[in-house]
Amino acid sequence: MKGARSVLPPVLVGVLAVVAWELTVSLGRIAPFILPAPSAIWRELVAQRQNVWEAALASGQNALIGLVAGAALGVLAAMAASRFKPLTEVSIPFAAILNALPIIALAPILNNMFESTSSIPRRLVTAIIVFFPVFVNTLRGLREVDPIHQELMHTYAAGGWTFARKVRLPGALPYVFTGLRQASSLAVIAAVVAEYFGGLQTGLGSRITSAAAFTAYPRAWAFVVGACLLGLLFYLTTLLLERLAMPWRTRLIA
Amino acid sequence: MNAVDINGVTKTFNQGRADEVVALSEVDLTVGDGEFVSLIGPSGCGKSTLLRLIADLITPTTGTVTVAGKPAGAARQEQAYGIAFQQSGLFEWRTVLKNVELPLELRGLSRAERKARAEQMLALVGLEDFAGHYPAQLSGGMQQRVAIARALAVQPPLLLMDEPFGALDEMTRERLQSELLGICATTGTSTVFVTHSISEAVFLSNRVVVMSARPGRITASVTVDLPSRDEAGRLSPVFFEKITEVRQALRGTPAARPTEGAAAGSDAR
Repeated sequence: MKGARSVLPPVLVGVLAVVAWELTVSLGRIAPFILPAPSAIWRELVAQRQNVWEAALASGQNALIGLVAGAALGVLAAMAASRFKPLTEVSIPFAAILNALPIIALAPILNNMFESTSSIPRRLVTAIIVFFPVFVNTLRGLREVDPIHQELMHTYAAGGWTFARKVRLPGALPYVFTGLRQASSLAVIAAVVAEYFGGLQTGLGSRITSAAAFTAYPRAWAFVVGACLLGLLFYLTTLLLERLAMPWRTRLIA
Repeated sequence: MNAVDINGVTKTFNQGRADEVVALSEVDLTVGDGEFVSLIGPSGCGKSTLLRLIADLITPTTGTVTVAGKPAGAARQEQAYGIAFQQSGLFEWRTVLKNVELPLELRGLSRAERKARAEQMLALVGLEDFAGHYPAQLSGGMQQRVAIARALAVQPPLLLMDEPFGALDEMTRERLQSELLGICATTGTSTVFVTHSISEAVFLSNRVVVMSARPGRITASVTVDLPSRDEAGRLSPVFFEKITEVRQALRGTPAARPTEGAAAGSDAR
């Protein structure tokens, strides 16, 4: 029963935290617009489940498209940068600048570049945010090759593309997935927050702002819970993919 | 034709700079066909450097290295040797079988051919039941056996080994030594074996080449002819005599070799 023993403590802590929250709100008579009770949020979540589901689908789609595009660009850019040394030196500061850019703050500007009904600005924001962790981690993985592997491949008279395909790329996979794990949660956050700045009113972010504007705080919280579940889904899917892509790794989180 | 011919080789690292090091100075060495030669000496005597010169992982500053009658570079291109290091250097993302197949894959053998050959090599090192495992699932000794199977996969005429058993416990080490001898005997492979264990060198070799440091050079060559290379061989008087001889050669005292050791004896401590 090793599984139960590892699952039980976090579940217990979670339940205790929710109970403490409920008691604090009801006994402490905290105003619902400051912090609604979990029971109130749960009632809203059940009542709004159709809306939460549809909003999550809309945001999830943006997050997924942004994640795939940003990750693909990140991996390709890292491959190019690791292939040509001068490119590495040039690309790292650029990637750092891109990362330091308050990209969420760019969302309203990007919104103005496209039609108000377009989802492209949100996907763009997501892709840009996803790019950095994937690029940096992949590049590190591609450049860290075991010296013995390097010598062995040299004795096999294998170089260039063969070396990249047989050694560099598989060796970099763990690093790629470290980047993807960070990126998967970031993608959902970016896609949801990008909706705070107008445009289509279909996603979780738009629903949270509109509920809050109507002082319907338990409903706003219900959508926040939806966003949290969506982020978790993205993260767990990445973990699963990692497991499938690297069967030689016996532990999930190494 | 000799497996290896080394003529007047000098290797200087960082030549012309303040941290210049003469790793090898005027080294001549011949390894005969089918011969098992060990290189032994203190750290920094250039034994690994010498092995890497044969492997064409580095190039000599002066002198020539010939492997199977060809320049070392050409021999490497033809995969004329197999190599194993102290670390197994297995590819963790490949199964044991796929690891052994890699050099064959790079040689362009067909899928069926390389699978058959790799299985044969795994049987040779007694790991046929672990073909589908990943390296991380094996013990250190088993990983090292896989590395040896991989080095042998292309059936090279020459095997280069750089302290391959250095990181293993004594019992595993002795078992692998016997296995290696069996393999070399069946395949007729010539071997150059770097070690810092005197008993290992004496047990395995036809010839133990003793080196000294600063600058690295060959100081003695001890021919070993054990009655048998098994447990009885390890207990034979010849075994102990040769161990003593190699030990004295390493210290530079001339006891066992009065003719050649006289000059070296002057700097004995």
